[in-house]
Amino acid sequence: MSNFAIETVGLTYNFGMQTVVKNLSLQVPTGSIYGFLGPNGAGKTTTIKILLNLLKSPSDQVFIFGKDINTNRIASLKRMGALVEQPAIYSHLTGQENLVNRCLLLGIKKSKVAEMLSLVGLTDAANKKAGKYSLGMKQRLGIALALVSDPELLLLDEPTNGLDPNGIIEIRNLMIELATKHHKTILVSSHLLAEIERTATHVGIINKGELLFQGTINDLHNLSKPSIKIEIDDFEKTIQLLSATTEILQQKGNIITIAFKNKEDMANINTLLVQNGIKVYTIGTERKDLENLFLDITSKN
Amino acid sequence: MRSLVISLTSEFYKSRKTLAFWSAILLPLAICALMSWGFINQATKLANDPAPILWFRYISAILGVMGVLLLPVLVIYNTYAITNMEYKGDTWKSLFSLPLPKLSIYTSKYIYIVFLTFITMFLFAVFIIGSGHIIQAIKPELEFSDYNPNELILRFFSKLFLSSIGIISIQFLMNLIWSDFLKPFGIGFLATIMGIITANVKWKYVDYLPYAYPNLTVHKIMESKGDLNKMIIFDQGIYNSLICGAIVFVIGYFIVAKKTIK
Repeated sequence: MSNFAIETVGLTYNFGMQTVVKNLSLQVPTGSIYGFLGPNGAGKTTTIKILLNLLKSPSDQVFIFGKDINTNRIASLKRMGALVEQPAIYSHLTGQENLVNRCLLLGIKKSKVAEMLSLVGLTDAANKKAGKYSLGMKQRLGIALALVSDPELLLLDEPTNGLDPNGIIEIRNLMIELATKHHKTILVSSHLLAEIERTATHVGIINKGELLFQGTINDLHNLSKPSIKIEIDDFEKTIQLLSATTEILQQKGNIITIAFKNKEDMANINTLLVQNGIKVYTIGTERKDLENLFLDITSKN
Repeated sequence: MRSLVISLTSEFYKSRKTLAFWSAILLPLAICALMSWGFINQATKLANDPAPILWFRYISAILGVMGVLLLPVLVIYNTYAITNMEYKGDTWKSLFSLPLPKLSIYTSKYIYIVFLTFITMFLFAVFIIGSGHIIQAIKPELEFSDYNPNELILRFFSKLFLSSIGIISIQFLMNLIWSDFLKPFGIGFLATIMGIITANVKWKYVDYLPYAYPNLTVHKIMESKGDLNKMIIFDQGIYNSLICGAIVFVIGYFIVAKKTIK
């Protein structure tokens, strides 16, 4: 049995002449929270629609729990719950009725409805028409609809859209709880790295339909190598002293940035500069934040 | 089969608060109430008519209004309303991402629209019989109870219902292709007008125009003058309606199966 809840193999998808997904090889480990990152229009929603078989993929390119989605559509969808783009709800029905309707379609007991409403904090608005819900409430209802069948795999396309900070934190905690306590696999798409960073165990970065990075969140952190930033009074002399033994990464005014090897090496550099009469105002390590790293990665293609 | 039943249950659950559902019930009630009121007002003129003629006058007055224009318009509206529920809430994507066969989703919607039309026809039959007897209770000189019209009404409305199957399929297909109201409604309405004209002028190819079938059915009912022997349910027009319905239904399924949710 495959260890991946989702696996795509060289997936390519075109809308007419335009290629929206190029040779995409996603690997979402079972039990992970996989942050699917990319700027708007990168191909995230299209990929999620392909994973749900809403858009037809070529055979043997999309596997859900090890099985080809095209030949195992119903069996695969039974194990999945999804929220794609804006929540799909019947505005003339109440929030509760929307959930009851979903229970009818999935053959689930209606008693799940109250539990779901409570989980997403909509119990008080259960009997209000969904068309009158705020965007955040609709988003919560969409998440409840995705969760009602207790699926093993959840696909959430920008689930915090329209939510206030409290709502964002609640959804974040809910995702962590679902993955840790209930062993769900969650693929969550976003264009905000900061949001993904706090929940995801794995990350895939996509831009213009191409997967530019895939790995654990630690792998992503490791991409950003630390450096030493030194502020000195004599720039020329410092360069002369260091250039023979150290790689100079950046020079800006009286600040130079060099590659970090270890703490011992950093102490030696400091001693060397001081012993040669150079005033060292500041010295310390610096790591590029993930946001900048994300921008770097997505600007490559 | 189970998928079809749960999809049908869901269709009922979703639409039970919509105008499409209530119009299927209220339209026959409103038309029968208005026609009864007309008969009660004209009671002195109609008092000498024998019961079979009285019933035929009453039924044909309702059929004239219903069959010629209202039935096609009702079908056009119902097919739009039932499919539009999914466009309005952008719910096609959630329907097709559920573990249900696409055939069940498609068939349940079609059957539900056919069911709504059937309910309208059935209620017409029930309300006509009921209102006939109520008219007599109010105006005893109109002796409706001297004749049992049940079989006549059953045949009339069965034929009218079957004649609408072709239109239901075509309208359903158009609503699957286009999400807006104007194209399916505009084309459907124009085709209905064309159906009325071609049926009235007895165009030689009228049997091949599904939108003319309800009108042709009304013509045949009027020509029968209430004679049961002349009232054959399954004639060429009805066969054509059913064949058209079946062919367009199959084409529609292939369109839905290929439907991508962009």
